[in-house]
Amino acid sequence: MSLLNILAHVFTGLGALVLFASGLGVFRMPDVWNKMHAGTKATTLGSILFLTGMAMLKPEWTPKIFLILLFVVLTNPVSSHALARSAHMDPQEKPDNLEIDDLHGEEEE
Amino acid sequence: MSNTYLAAVLALVGGGIFLSFLRLILGPRATDRAVALDTTTLISTSLIVLISVLEGRSILLDVALVYSILSFLGVLAIARYLDGGLK
Repeated sequence: MSLLNILAHVFTGLGALVLFASGLGVFRMPDVWNKMHAGTKATTLGSILFLTGMAMLKPEWTPKIFLILLFVVLTNPVSSHALARSAHMDPQEKPDNLEIDDLHGEEEE
Repeated sequence: MSNTYLAAVLALVGGGIFLSFLRLILGPRATDRAVALDTTTLISTSLIVLISVLEGRSILLDVALVYSILSFLGVLAIARYLDGGLK
């Protein structure tokens, strides 16, 4: 077994672990902000690790896998930002200790 | 990849999809469901890449790319809808 193959196994295993942790976090966390924390950041890290491991396993497919990886890294923050904004507009999801709220303050005037 | 290791990786990724999909079904509010949908589709993208590497069919990589694009657009549309539409 070559070094690249061993590294591919390590990266794939770590990525799978992080992806599972992200799913578990989305299932277990109490409110939408905690769920978002687990569901958007951990999937980015998990996808990076997992797809890097896959690219090491099949070196001839690296460009295509890198394209998927680049797309995930570019779009995941955008979608999580949109989700956070939509959750902020939901009055029932408002945290108790939030004192200064500029986004809502503008809407109410 | 050895069989045991492969089974462990598949179980972990599949378990992640299962748990977040459960949250997608159970989720008390619409925003929870939207977050769960985002997570489910992103983990599924990794699973599709894993299947394509195992089967040795590179066409499935295109499927994974299109799947991630469509999931991004879908989540964005749902988030903007919950936000109150385009203003």
